Amino acid sequence: MRRVSTRALVVTGVLLTLLLAGVVSFYASSHPDGLNYVAEKVGFSGAAKPHASDGSPLSGYATRGVTDHRLSRGVAGVIGVVVVGLLFTGLTWALRRRRGDEPGGSTSPDAADRERDGSTPVGR
Amino acid sequence: MHVPDGFLDVPTSVGTAVVAATGVGLALRGARRELDDRTAPLAGLVAAFVFAAQMLNFPVGAGTSGHLLGGALAAVLVGPWTATLSIAVVLLVQGLLFADGGLTALGTNVTLMGLVGVWTGWLVFRTVQGLLPKRVSMVVPAAAVAAFVSVPVAALAFTGLYAVGGQAPIPLGSLATAMLGWHTLIGLGEAAITGLVVSAVVAVRPDLVHGARRVLATRKLVVVRPERDEVAA
Repeated sequence: MRRVSTRALVVTGVLLTLLLAGVVSFYASSHPDGLNYVAEKVGFSGAAKPHASDGSPLSGYATRGVTDHRLSRGVAGVIGVVVVGLLFTGLTWALRRRRGDEPGGSTSPDAADRERDGSTPVGR
Repeated sequence: MHVPDGFLDVPTSVGTAVVAATGVGLALRGARRELDDRTAPLAGLVAAFVFAAQMLNFPVGAGTSGHLLGGALAAVLVGPWTATLSIAVVLLVQGLLFADGGLTALGTNVTLMGLVGVWTGWLVFRTVQGLLPKRVSMVVPAAAVAAFVSVPVAALAFTGLYAVGGQAPIPLGSLATAMLGWHTLIGLGEAAITGLVVSAVVAVRPDLVHGARRVLATRKLVVVRPERDEVAA
């Protein structure tokens, strides 16, 4: 398959992720997940305490004030994707190893892509 | 597999919080070795994708559902240390904003999904990768097997924690059997999603897949040789 740039890969991935959280998530199964189901069957689901964030604006993946269920879950999902994405991108950006320490020597990911695209497409 | 508040007693929750905090602390150091200008952009996407995928419960029969845990997937794509951090961030946001996974159980959930899920996935991935032919295409089945195994192992880890500090008296044998049984089925879904996503990224940019680096390094030798012949001719 054709090799794509990092930017194209990330943009495609972000769009797909937003689509999954914003639209597809409405069609997810509403049955309890494995743990909750087992808790009900084996008999310890009653031990669960109310969540401290119950009643918060996005609690239960529903957006408060949005009455349409589809939109309510979709908006909550998109907000979650954006918050997680920004938080973790910020964290990894702060933690990452940088190319070269000399001033002006730092290379952006896209410049790095162009740099490598001229050569044999193999990993390091 | 988000554990709510109240399932486990306070000492057990404090214990898992200490384990989780230690794991995340180590991961903050370890992730530096995995992340560089080239791989950092993918890491944010992987965390966001795991969040989205965890909203997508798939039915596994008898009124039960499962969703991707994402530990093995993240470990193969961006490396196990970065994966631990990404799952921890997903769980933090889910707990704080979406009331999914108890806040006193955050340490438990990070331990189960961010440590047990990620590192079981990574160790199984490396083991299977070592057994299969050294080809980039083998990254996909290795990742799928790793994903499959990681789910029942995380379920067993929960059972172990419940045996130590469960708040309601229940027969532990039936808990272990039920957890293992259902999570083996959920593991099949985990394997399918992980295999699909890893194969998609491997197809277009194998060099960005952390778990493919070893095999790509081997392939490089094969590619270089003809160039030398051209120079000689």
